[in-house]
Amino acid sequence: MSTTIRTPRVASTTLGAEKTRTSPLRPKRSPLLTGVMVLYLIYTLVPLVWLLLSATKTQDDLLSTPGLWFGKSFAFFTNIKDTLTYNDGIFLRWLGNTVLYVVVGAGGATLLATAAGYGLAKYKFAGRRAVFAILLGAVAVPGTALAVPTFLMFSNLGLTNTVWAIIIPSLVSPFGLYLMWVYATDAVPVELLEAARIDGAGEIRTFFTVALRLLAPGIVTTLLFAVVSTWNNYFLPLIMLSKPNLYPLTVGLTQWSNQATGVGARPIYNLVITGSLLTIVPLVIAFLLLQRFWQSGLSAGSVK
Amino acid sequence: MTESVVQQPVTRTGAPGRRRRGTFRDSKGWLFVGPFLAVFAVTFLAPIGYAIYLSLYRDQAFFGGSVFVGLDNYTETLQDPKFWEAFGRVGVFLVVQVPVMLALALLAALAIDSARLHAAGFFRIVIFLPYAVPGVVAVLMWGYIYGDNFGLAANLNDLLGTTAIQPLSSTWMLPSIANIVTWEFVGYNMLIFYSALRTVPGELYEAAAIDGAGTWRTIRAVKLPALRGAIVIATIFSIIGSFQLFNEPNILRTLAPNVITTYYTPNMYAYNLSFAGQQFNYSATVAIVMGFITAIIAYVVQLRGSREAL
Repeated sequence: MSTTIRTPRVASTTLGAEKTRTSPLRPKRSPLLTGVMVLYLIYTLVPLVWLLLSATKTQDDLLSTPGLWFGKSFAFFTNIKDTLTYNDGIFLRWLGNTVLYVVVGAGGATLLATAAGYGLAKYKFAGRRAVFAILLGAVAVPGTALAVPTFLMFSNLGLTNTVWAIIIPSLVSPFGLYLMWVYATDAVPVELLEAARIDGAGEIRTFFTVALRLLAPGIVTTLLFAVVSTWNNYFLPLIMLSKPNLYPLTVGLTQWSNQATGVGARPIYNLVITGSLLTIVPLVIAFLLLQRFWQSGLSAGSVK
Repeated sequence: MTESVVQQPVTRTGAPGRRRRGTFRDSKGWLFVGPFLAVFAVTFLAPIGYAIYLSLYRDQAFFGGSVFVGLDNYTETLQDPKFWEAFGRVGVFLVVQVPVMLALALLAALAIDSARLHAAGFFRIVIFLPYAVPGVVAVLMWGYIYGDNFGLAANLNDLLGTTAIQPLSSTWMLPSIANIVTWEFVGYNMLIFYSALRTVPGELYEAAAIDGAGTWRTIRAVKLPALRGAIVIATIFSIIGSFQLFNEPNILRTLAPNVITTYYTPNMYAYNLSFAGQQFNYSATVAIVMGFITAIIAYVVQLRGSREAL
């Protein structure tokens, strides 16, 4: 063990003068570059800060006080309470729907993509090339081009205005499959699978007991991106659902926002803003907490 | 267990099924791929087939059923000024917004990877953050910021004593949308580039340093070639995204109904044909034509990207 650690260190010191080695490989930190990046950082953060500050304002303050500072009153908790209770707590219903779509849809998508990616990477079966060709072709077709025909098809099957109209299309993630396929190719040594076979484990059991653990970082990445796309899904539920009690958060929020215009306008800007904030928070937390996993998973995926 | 791990490669090395990091020649692979393909068939292949079927028919007036019209719907689409106006708009969007967004993402990735940045990890996560914001929320947020009701555009106008800043006017609407999309996706593309940069072996940098290559030389000779695949992928995703433009204009439409028409983008056109106009056959045709054009362009980019060095 000690030799494997020491060898690279020896190799790098033999690289020659310490000065040439450190300057390009470990360059000095640049205040100029940091400054430029800070500008971009501000651009990234301004809307989020605006949202956070606006969530503390009453509707009157929203209309009368500067956007990037607090209003006259601090209505943050009142806003949260109002958002959660408005219209008999429909927001909580939308939150529940979103969680359902995410758990079943993104969870299922991850499971299917993991199994299929593993199958494509580790088994050379007849028709494998055809599978690749079909998948590549399908990925190039814009998802939204499919939305209208999918709606008409589901409508004929009586699936519109049911949770299945959202869940079934969410189950397929070609990007997830691609990621898992690339990941499984390198992460699961075939010798280990052969060993499991010799020990008498069936294919399915080998997958669950041996492969799954090795695929974990890839799975977390795939899951996270599937969660984001399901959580953020707007177009599909917009066309599939017309009953507000099935809406996910995204469609519900736009419906609230639309109340501000048209006949009998009843603007609830403060609720839209607070609701938006509440919609963002879970995902941001998930990304921050799982950073280590998804970043390593993505690195593996980009090798190709 | 350990014993079999050691033994196995010996007995199987010459087996015909081995390829790359090792695969089994085995139809049992279908066990794993099958479920995915089944759902894929329902959600991808069936709608495509159904859309093609729809595009060949046309509803007769007064509910007289539908008749087969061959390629008539396609001829109509290709001569439809509304379709071409929408197409031209996303075309302009594509040519301007995508390069700006990818260039920003590339610069950010190079800066974060350069080790010259203070708190690089912090920059990486914050710049990525907008990707975790649902597109709908991003548009609502920016929409309010753009608005003259409350929001920063109104604040700025007050501050400057003008009314010059009108992000939701017809002149500025497309750039305003481009800004939202850029804000949302720079971080995501940055991460794709950054991940690709991390896979460059350290020896390459050492070799470049020994050859006396400076920062820019290293970027040109080592980093950009390593990024080629990632750039091609990001470009293809961005092209598909631009042609699919829907959420942003559709949500902003409530704020600026006179600026954003029902056929502002091809996707909005297809959507409104279906859900406002009940013209399902024509809507399917527009969707197919758009999908076909997108696929062709994505394919060309892929071909060029894999052939040319950057």
